[in-house]
Amino acid sequence: MTGSIGTLLLGRLLAAIATLWFVATMVFIITNLLPGDVAQELLGQSATPEAVAGLRKSLGLDVPPFERYLTWLGGLVRGDAGRSLVNGMPVGDLIGSRLGNSLLLAGITALVAVPLALALGIAAAVKRGSIYDRAIGMGTVLAVSVPEFLVASAAVLVFAVHLRWLPALSQLGRIETFWDGFRVFALPVMTLTFVIMAQMARMTRAALVDVLSSSYIEMAKLKGASAARIVIWHALPNAIGPIANAIAFSLSFLLGGVIIVETIFNYPGIAKLMVDGVATRDIPLVQACAMLFCGAYLLLVTAADVAAILANPRLRHR
Amino acid sequence: MTDKHNTTLALLNHGEQERLMRAIRAGASRRDLLGMMGALGLGAGLGGSLIGSATNAHAQTPKKGGKIRVAGFGSSTADTLDPAKQSYSTDYCRCTMFYNGLTELDDVMAPQLALAESIENEKATIWTIKLRKGVQFHDGKELTSEDVVFSLKRHHDPAVGTKAKALADQMKEIVATGKYEVKVTLGAPNADFPVILGTYHFLIAQAGTTDFNKGIGTGPFKCKEFSPGVRSIAVRNENYWKQGGGPYVDEIEFFGIPDVGARVNALLAGDVHMIGNVNAASARLILGAKGLKIMETKSGNYSNLIMRLDQAPGNNPDFVLGMKHLMNRDLIKRNVFQNYAEVANDTPVPPLNRYFAKDIPQRAYDPEKAKFHLNKAGALGSPLQITTSPAATGSVEMGLVLQSSANQIGMKIDLRQVPADGYWSNYWFKVPVGFGNINPRPTADILFSLFFASNAAWNESAWKNEKFDQLLGAARAETDEAKRKQMYTDMQVMIHESAGIGIPVFINGLDAHTEKLKGLRPMGTGSMMGYAFAEHVWLDA
Repeated sequence: MTGSIGTLLLGRLLAAIATLWFVATMVFIITNLLPGDVAQELLGQSATPEAVAGLRKSLGLDVPPFERYLTWLGGLVRGDAGRSLVNGMPVGDLIGSRLGNSLLLAGITALVAVPLALALGIAAAVKRGSIYDRAIGMGTVLAVSVPEFLVASAAVLVFAVHLRWLPALSQLGRIETFWDGFRVFALPVMTLTFVIMAQMARMTRAALVDVLSSSYIEMAKLKGASAARIVIWHALPNAIGPIANAIAFSLSFLLGGVIIVETIFNYPGIAKLMVDGVATRDIPLVQACAMLFCGAYLLLVTAADVAAILANPRLRHR
Repeated sequence: MTDKHNTTLALLNHGEQERLMRAIRAGASRRDLLGMMGALGLGAGLGGSLIGSATNAHAQTPKKGGKIRVAGFGSSTADTLDPAKQSYSTDYCRCTMFYNGLTELDDVMAPQLALAESIENEKATIWTIKLRKGVQFHDGKELTSEDVVFSLKRHHDPAVGTKAKALADQMKEIVATGKYEVKVTLGAPNADFPVILGTYHFLIAQAGTTDFNKGIGTGPFKCKEFSPGVRSIAVRNENYWKQGGGPYVDEIEFFGIPDVGARVNALLAGDVHMIGNVNAASARLILGAKGLKIMETKSGNYSNLIMRLDQAPGNNPDFVLGMKHLMNRDLIKRNVFQNYAEVANDTPVPPLNRYFAKDIPQRAYDPEKAKFHLNKAGALGSPLQITTSPAATGSVEMGLVLQSSANQIGMKIDLRQVPADGYWSNYWFKVPVGFGNINPRPTADILFSLFFASNAAWNESAWKNEKFDQLLGAARAETDEAKRKQMYTDMQVMIHESAGIGIPVFINGLDAHTEKLKGLRPMGTGSMMGYAFAEHVWLDA
């Protein structure tokens, strides 16, 4: 058992390093292809040729791209992501403060959305074909199709502007009590849950329905196992693989893909940081964010695979 | 009345203003005041209006205290507290909290003394600036000439990346001539030098500063927290050198909400006390809500049609004139800006500027004339491509207005909309016909030097006029107001007649705030009281 997981992890680690290197190189090339550079963006309407040249020199942008690439890669290996070209702060500091915020939002959302989605999905699978199942199916299709900015804006209009129950902005600096925290996170978590839950619930239902119609489940029924035992003990372990993958996908979205929620609720997370980086052509920042998202994605997918193996007796004993 | 009152104050220097207003608030009799006014060389008529407005203010004595939250309209990791690098309104709002300039600009954009105690000049070329004594930075260090020399000289270092290089280049020599005295020698005479010193980029920081994120200046607020792209927290500077006015509030939390919908919702939900830059549609929503107000600021901000004169089709004067007549200015004002704009006359100097040439006949929307000129230029036969972008405010909608006007005279316009991202470096005045957006500048001289002089770095339409250049130099050196005004009028006529830019309207700034936030009034220097609201606002809780 340990051997199989160990080999998997080692293989994954090597693949992850190769993937990260590949992504790093691509990101470097692409960010350098963006029209205009940081000196021009910073100077904006004041970008006279000599001003741009002076600033480029002081930022070290006059060095050939390949040399910059090597320096940056070398720093990355040592764990140094360099300094922001825009404000001179270490990229690590910039990301550090915002990464915590993003993880907090993602964590709370996951705590709410994952159990909810699993419960809905399992219930739909067990009562497949019923009115309840169809209602869940319709509801999740609807939730997937409504763009999140609409959900977020509507939530703000109803709960913040009209009812005045919750703040329109999610500002961490204003949290003093648990109740404050609840109020601050209520709207963004609600919005994100709405967005990611549907996908997970549908995948859970599909995976489970698949397993429930197999012959060994019929055997379990024939030997007289209770419905709950059949689902939890016999069916679920075999369905964990696809479910865990769906969860991993949804959670990786929570880290880098929540730009709209961050924008609408003015939540200082990492997605907005990366968008800032792109807009100002702050290449070290963009690169570091891209690497981070890539790393998080790899981590989640690997975790999903490990979970699938641990939960599934057949995979475990292979 | 307000205008008159402001003009009266503008005639006085800062100290005199303060003395007068203090005396009025302390209950000086009308006769005392008229005596004082007489001593200051002002007529009794003006004095009367001043008393009226000061007693009006007396009914609402500013209260100290309270914390406010203000949301600007842009914020990113590029946010800075380095005066030289400021590029957006968010930076201006913050830097005016933490720093002061040698001068500051008043309602009519005339310079008033601030950190400078006096400014004298020889032939508008050699400027001697004496500093106010006993002014302290937030860390307790006293302001001296070395801080001023440091702050001004930084602009000459390309590594700083200053936004005011073009203005700073005219300072040839900057030397401290005493502990509280600085001498600046200009390359050529410039009577507007004190105005330039009052602009955002010339705010004074402490000598030797390397970490500007601490925001240590002499300003009305101290920086408690600053995190670029997230927020800043400013606390009142109890040791502020300016007496008899603000700062009033204890603390200002300032952050940016780039999305206008989210910004308006934050105000409607009561999360913030003031927001910058709302659009006309949201203005209606805000006016309909209880307890909220809109502050409309007339400004010199404009989005202009740029026709390159060095390329076809702009190299034909008939084309340029035809296009200027094709702009339906009233429709643009009404439909694009929902009337929150003023019709302009193809000159970049706004009506609120003291050198505005009000006698140039208004160029009207005239399809017949447009057709005549465009036909003569041969522009009716082939489609014309105009580049628009959300980066240049309202240009996408203005393009549509132009397109429909053109349709009516049988001309085809292809609109090419490009993204805001990278617009200024890749499209702005690089295409034959496109749009720009120019922020207000404090003086006609700066506007002309930056955008219309033959050798100007951003001469958008590649307009070259030798006579204009000569007049520009002469007006800069001229200290006689009447002569100067005539020169600026002549220059505006030239731009109006022959430059390749069409300016349909000046766009008014709209800010919104709760009624509880007092002390706000529109300033000619820009929206949010020229972005310097912090010192003036108070909370009526």
